[in-house]
Amino acid sequence: MSATHALSYPLPSRPMNQLPAHLGAAPLGFRGRIRAVQPLAGSLPAEEMERRLLELGFVEGATVELLHQGLFGADPIAVRVDGVTIALRRREAAAVLLEALD
Amino acid sequence: MTDLTPAARGLRVALVGRPNCGKTALFNALTGSRQKVANYPGVTVERKEGALETPAGQQVMLLDLPGTYSLRARSPDEVVTRDAVLGRLAGEAPPDLFVCVGDASNLRLCLRLVLEIKRTGQPMLLTLNMADIARHRGIEIDLPRLEAELGLPVVTSVAVRRGGTQALLEKIDQALALPHQPNIAAGWSEPDAAGVRALQKEADRILRAAVRLPAEPNTTTARLDRVLLHPVAGLAILLAVLFLMFQAVFTWAAPVMELIKAGFDALGGYTDTLLPDGLLKSFVHEGLIGGVGSVLVFLPQILVLFLFILLLEDFGYMSRAAFLMDKIMGGAGLHGRAFIPLLSSFACAVPGIMSTRVIDSRRDRLATILVAPLMTCSARIPVYTLIIGAFIPDRTVAGVLSLQGLVMFGLYGAGIGSALAVSFLLKRLVFQGAAPEPFMLELPDYKRPDARNVLQGLYQRGLIFVTRAGTTILAMMCVIWVLATVPRPPEGATQPAIEYSLAAQIGHAMEPVLAPIGFNWQIGVALIPGMAAREVAVAALGTVYAIENAEEAPEQLGSLLAGKWSIATALALLAWYVFAPQCAATLSVVKRETGSWRWMWFLFGYMLALAYTAALVTFQLARAFGLG
Repeated sequence: MSATHALSYPLPSRPMNQLPAHLGAAPLGFRGRIRAVQPLAGSLPAEEMERRLLELGFVEGATVELLHQGLFGADPIAVRVDGVTIALRRREAAAVLLEALD
Repeated sequence: MTDLTPAARGLRVALVGRPNCGKTALFNALTGSRQKVANYPGVTVERKEGALETPAGQQVMLLDLPGTYSLRARSPDEVVTRDAVLGRLAGEAPPDLFVCVGDASNLRLCLRLVLEIKRTGQPMLLTLNMADIARHRGIEIDLPRLEAELGLPVVTSVAVRRGGTQALLEKIDQALALPHQPNIAAGWSEPDAAGVRALQKEADRILRAAVRLPAEPNTTTARLDRVLLHPVAGLAILLAVLFLMFQAVFTWAAPVMELIKAGFDALGGYTDTLLPDGLLKSFVHEGLIGGVGSVLVFLPQILVLFLFILLLEDFGYMSRAAFLMDKIMGGAGLHGRAFIPLLSSFACAVPGIMSTRVIDSRRDRLATILVAPLMTCSARIPVYTLIIGAFIPDRTVAGVLSLQGLVMFGLYGAGIGSALAVSFLLKRLVFQGAAPEPFMLELPDYKRPDARNVLQGLYQRGLIFVTRAGTTILAMMCVIWVLATVPRPPEGATQPAIEYSLAAQIGHAMEPVLAPIGFNWQIGVALIPGMAAREVAVAALGTVYAIENAEEAPEQLGSLLAGKWSIATALALLAWYVFAPQCAATLSVVKRETGSWRWMWFLFGYMLALAYTAALVTFQLARAFGLG
């Protein structure tokens, strides 16, 4: 996907066994657990962005699975977060840091 | 509708919950048809209330608060809900009881909201709606444990089944029987990130303690999404759904529209036999009945469009459509959620602009409102059909495609293209520097649409359209009738009466401005009523050209126009109507939704400029090619 060159996150092209830096860089089908949700300023002030992510269920310890992605630039993504499906852009998902499932 | 005044006790109960939790279905089930839909004073948030009687015989006024994700109030809707929960909604007494509605099959996010509301200290109970779906999926909820953990009464309900709210009603009775004090939660403050995090973790802890999820997650939604959210197939299906929708809007609605038209014609004919010739007869027939009829004739199209939108919404597809369209719309500076309002604008910009309330960010909402009137609304169709029928040859192109159909399609395409271009420019010039609003929303599980719910929604949309659009346009039609009628022609007048009217004077005054774009004074006169409602321009042209019943026989008017106008003029008029100075109803709804005259005039100005430019370029080009 050449359309990702303008984006501020790494290409979602790492091999599955390597842990992506954050949810915004996760490949389709990725499964893992949330290690941290960090305040990351972007389109919104950092704290507001963090609260919105938390309100959609992105909290430490929740399991995530990247179910779907859009046609252009693999964006936005649909993520299963502890049983709830949330759609968001990779840019915002970059605030969600990951760890491997046991 | 029954009397909505509460009993002397005046008990008030409010429903509060997340969007998509079945709150509206529950409200419909509890109050039946005894509903009143209005606006909260000063804001354009819909206020729904209804009366119900509890098993103990208490008369209760039920208020359906707008769906909210939190009490942090990020949109006008959420401000109303927050203020109501805090007991400080202007002009309303704090409710005696809050019924928190949660989706039993999807409790995780709902429980955080419950905990957040509970901290306000308001009297409340929790009802787990869609309990049947949860049970069917093998979700086991330990109600006593949940009650103990939350410290709240908890009851299950099934809004879509008869008797499915009985247990809830009994719980409401019990809760209302307790000594309670409607209060104003003064000590409440917005939770910070740490607070939200703590609440969600507490919700997750309670969930683990009281709810057992099945080993197998809901596979139907997952299977459907594999197709419907597929990057390529998903987009193709979305396009197919839209195509079907527009086909339905134009084909299903047509017979009913004919009926309504015939009905109003008959009514007009009947009043003609009752009233003596003269001003009153003309006013009743052409002003009142003609004006109301010209609006109501679009009701079937609006209803078919909303039937599709409500069905797709209830099914859970609308958030998927926003997901699929986000990147495409984002390229033009629009938010994924703008998709639905823009879609509605193909029927009429008024409901389209009203539905921009789903967009949280003011900037994104404003951009959507400003381009929504560029979508080809159904009111432009009569104008397009008249001119295309009269000036575009009825022949086929490439063997199968009709040239007239292609022109129509091109006009729709021009509307969409200009909407994308304008929003792109707005982003670059007017809203420059503002970062795009994040796109984040829940994709709820699919569920079967509920007939009663859809019909109730349809009824309310229809009522809003008829009353709101109807009143404005009726008033405008009366003004236009006066302009086209006074002053009366002098004794012994030789020309048609309209030549002596104010309307003709205005039309002649406009001639110097209109000449470069190929419009004669008659078109100028027709453009003025076209401001009230675009389709009225057809009737107005008919009046100006002194042809009776123009709207009933467009072919007749068409052939007359074909003799009077050059093809360049006709094409310029088509180009004009792609951008057409929008109708009065649209302007008034823009004023109300943006809360500012400035944006309304901005919209008016830029569309007028676009229309004039488009008509000018079209007319001069067509003349250059020898079509003048």
